[in-house]
Amino acid sequence: MIPAEDDPGAAPLPEPRAQGGPGHRSGAPGGRLPGRRPAARPGGPGFSLTDAAAGPLVRPYAMTGGRTRPDRAELDMITVVVAARRPPDTVGLEPEHLAILDLCTGPVSVAEVSAHLDIPLTVVKVLVSDLIARGAMLARAPLPTAQLPEKHVLQAVLDGIRRL
Amino acid sequence: MASVGSDPGPGDPEIPLAVKILVAGGFGAGKTTMVGSVSEITPLSTEEVMTEASLGIDDLAGVEQKTTTTVALDFGRITVNDSVVLYLFGTPGQGRFWFMWDELAQGALGSVVLADTRRLDTCFPAVDFFERRDIPFVIAVNRFDGSAAYTEAEVRQALDVRADVPIVMADARRRESGKEVLLTLVEHVMRRRSLALSG
Repeated sequence: MIPAEDDPGAAPLPEPRAQGGPGHRSGAPGGRLPGRRPAARPGGPGFSLTDAAAGPLVRPYAMTGGRTRPDRAELDMITVVVAARRPPDTVGLEPEHLAILDLCTGPVSVAEVSAHLDIPLTVVKVLVSDLIARGAMLARAPLPTAQLPEKHVLQAVLDGIRRL
Repeated sequence: MASVGSDPGPGDPEIPLAVKILVAGGFGAGKTTMVGSVSEITPLSTEEVMTEASLGIDDLAGVEQKTTTTVALDFGRITVNDSVVLYLFGTPGQGRFWFMWDELAQGALGSVVLADTRRLDTCFPAVDFFERRDIPFVIAVNRFDGSAAYTEAEVRQALDVRADVPIVMADARRRESGKEVLLTLVEHVMRRRSLALSG
């Protein structure tokens, strides 16, 4: 497991600076910021491994019967899911399916399910797909990438942030 | 309708729409700190397991080997109202985690790029990434104690970003400052949306 790369505890401490009193810049040599070169490109844009390219993984996928991709391709990490109110048919469900149903009595994102149950995202997507397929869960997908966000959504977000 | 699954039955709950904003920047620029300062919940961490092809070091036959990589994603949540919820995702470190950025960027409203003027170049790849995908972003210069005070113009020149990209000074530890950054971003997204619609 690779740790989150900048946990709050790792915030850099203030460094006493020998020179550069108030009003003096003491950063980069010459007091100038190093510029971004347009040529600078990240290592491997477009480097995207799809599930098709991924080989079989071992342990986490035991609970999904070896499947590594959900039946419903639409599931995103911010797809919001909720357990249907009618009692589910639990025949054939794994304990992890039941844990997800227990967690989702109210609307929760796929990412939150993953974080709370400590199950990798890819696996949660498969399990949630199972539950949707049998009518035990309902889901709402996020906006498609190609679509501009609606103005009323943006306005709501703006108001919501202001209220924080 | 942007919904999947069976139709809601009587008594089934209404499901809010989720939107997301990314918080990007170099290592140690304060991404997780900022997510935590504005989130209504303690930031959560989820992980994605990916298989990546790599060449084995002792690979005499030149056969590709596969290794699995686990990448942690930290995120926070802001409940906007009954029908909209906002998620804030810190982007994972650069380099080998670019595959994760593509999924994260899908459908994002926009991004905050946290810049640390002590090592400004660490945010260049993030700026490149969002520019190339035409994803709206703002630059938030995280003011660390002891860091030099550069002006907005100096930062803008060094980053070589379009004139309409907002640059704000910020303190990732403070909620009020984080709010200001997010408001600047959403207002920027709204302006770009109006421009796009007016052609």
